[in-house]
Amino acid sequence: MSSIITTDKLNLWYGDTHALKDINIDIQKNSITALIGPSGCGKSTFLKTLNRMNDLIETVKTTGEVRYSGHNIFSKDIDVNELRRDVGMVFQKPSPFPMSIYDNIAYGPRTHGMTNKANLDEMVEQSLRGAAIWNEVKDRLKKNALSLSGGQQQRLCIARALAVKPKVLLMDEPTSALDPISTSQIEELILQLKEKYTIIIVTHNMQQAVRISDNTAFFLLGELIEFGKTEKVFSYPQDKRTEDYITGRFG
Amino acid sequence: MNKKRKLSALFIRSAMYLCCFITVALLLFMLGYVMVKGVPNLSLKFLTTKPSHMTGQIGILPDILNTVYIVLATLCIVLPLGVGAAVYLTEYATSQKVVSVIEYAAETLSGIPSIIYGLVGMLLFSNHFGTSILAGALTLVIMNLPTVLRTTQESLKTVPQSYRESAFGLGAGKWRVIRTVVLPECIDGVVTGCILSVGRILGESAALLFTAGFAHAVNGMISGLTSPGATLTVALYVYAKEEGEFGVAFAIAAILMSLTLLINLLAMSAGRYFAKRRNV
Repeated sequence: MSSIITTDKLNLWYGDTHALKDINIDIQKNSITALIGPSGCGKSTFLKTLNRMNDLIETVKTTGEVRYSGHNIFSKDIDVNELRRDVGMVFQKPSPFPMSIYDNIAYGPRTHGMTNKANLDEMVEQSLRGAAIWNEVKDRLKKNALSLSGGQQQRLCIARALAVKPKVLLMDEPTSALDPISTSQIEELILQLKEKYTIIIVTHNMQQAVRISDNTAFFLLGELIEFGKTEKVFSYPQDKRTEDYITGRFG
Repeated sequence: MNKKRKLSALFIRSAMYLCCFITVALLLFMLGYVMVKGVPNLSLKFLTTKPSHMTGQIGILPDILNTVYIVLATLCIVLPLGVGAAVYLTEYATSQKVVSVIEYAAETLSGIPSIIYGLVGMLLFSNHFGTSILAGALTLVIMNLPTVLRTTQESLKTVPQSYRESAFGLGAGKWRVIRTVVLPECIDGVVTGCILSVGRILGESAALLFTAGFAHAVNGMISGLTSPGATLTVALYVYAKEEGEFGVAFAIAAILMSLTLLINLLAMSAGRYFAKRRNV
């Protein structure tokens, strides 16, 4: 397997706070990588650096490199909108736009210039099928997306992210706001998506990391403490701090 | 002791009843007085003709038209300006210091007595465009800019950050995010600012006395802009103070009062409509 995202001595500051310290990591294509660690350890910050969502915060400064398909994403000739098209994002709180289900999914393709009605229709169906929600919404595509349940909204957001044909999906605790049934539906979906996409997921839920991920990265106080095969990290942690965290001694 | 307490309670209570009664009575008296004096003078002819010195007939068609022109002209300028400035301040501006200075300036601007706007408008605009509807409208633009700016800004701030993040996450550029996600969500703020401005324009007299003049000629929209003309409020002043036509003045007053009522109703139902649309 080849790597799709590589970071090299990545450092990040929020103002004076050093939030990420010398992160070196290699993300494999078509794998699921779980980022775990206690609150404030930098895992979400790291995730948001990968498609430069941190640009939206003014005080953020970064050094080092993040290479996506071999290109440094901080370099001047990278179009950040194109980067985000390739490296999509699903947020913690389901956040559909206050528009119809159809328009939510079509938002991305329209942004990137797709106007043909037939193409859009096809893209909407394909994306909704891809996110395993087509059967639930196919008869009410014109209804407002906010009328869906929380779990449906989150799958809609995944479908919306799929509609721009990304290569990588970043997920920031996508199930933490959902009930157990919706959670298991989304986990199942993530496992299916692995076929076509590379997935990096932040989770607070250790069992979730074990259930779905191939690799696990453990963050603590802005440092990457341990990174490896999930079953190895959980069965034979190399670092004492990893062991303490996954056995619940702190967190 | 107990008796004394009861007595004082009774006294306070009746005093407050009295205050309330006087307030309501004054309001109703105002309303009734204007309506009784004004409505009998209203007629279709009064509304649809212009005043003629030959026949001594008085009609307020020119004043109605002037009011419409000045409202439209002001809104056409103030809306893009105010909304644009609000978008810049909330979405683009990076220095929080500059933003708060501008917000403070806008706040102060909206508290200045309107006659000062009139004085400045006269020197600034009437000198260039002559005493005209256009000069009046430009003066009103300055007066209403803070209102439109603030209401738009307030509703921009209520648009959830998650909408912006999601749109950026899909690879949308800044302007597309603003145009397709942020602005549609704050249309209610724009409409509120718009309605408030219309109310203020209808009620404004001091600033227009200086800048838009007193003429009663019927003009088309375009020629109307560059010629002087009295709005309803100014016409009221002219008929009452300079021509002693109190019947006409009261008729205009009745119209203005009804319009105010209408605008308040409109603002209320607009508010309700948007609140409903929000909780789908």
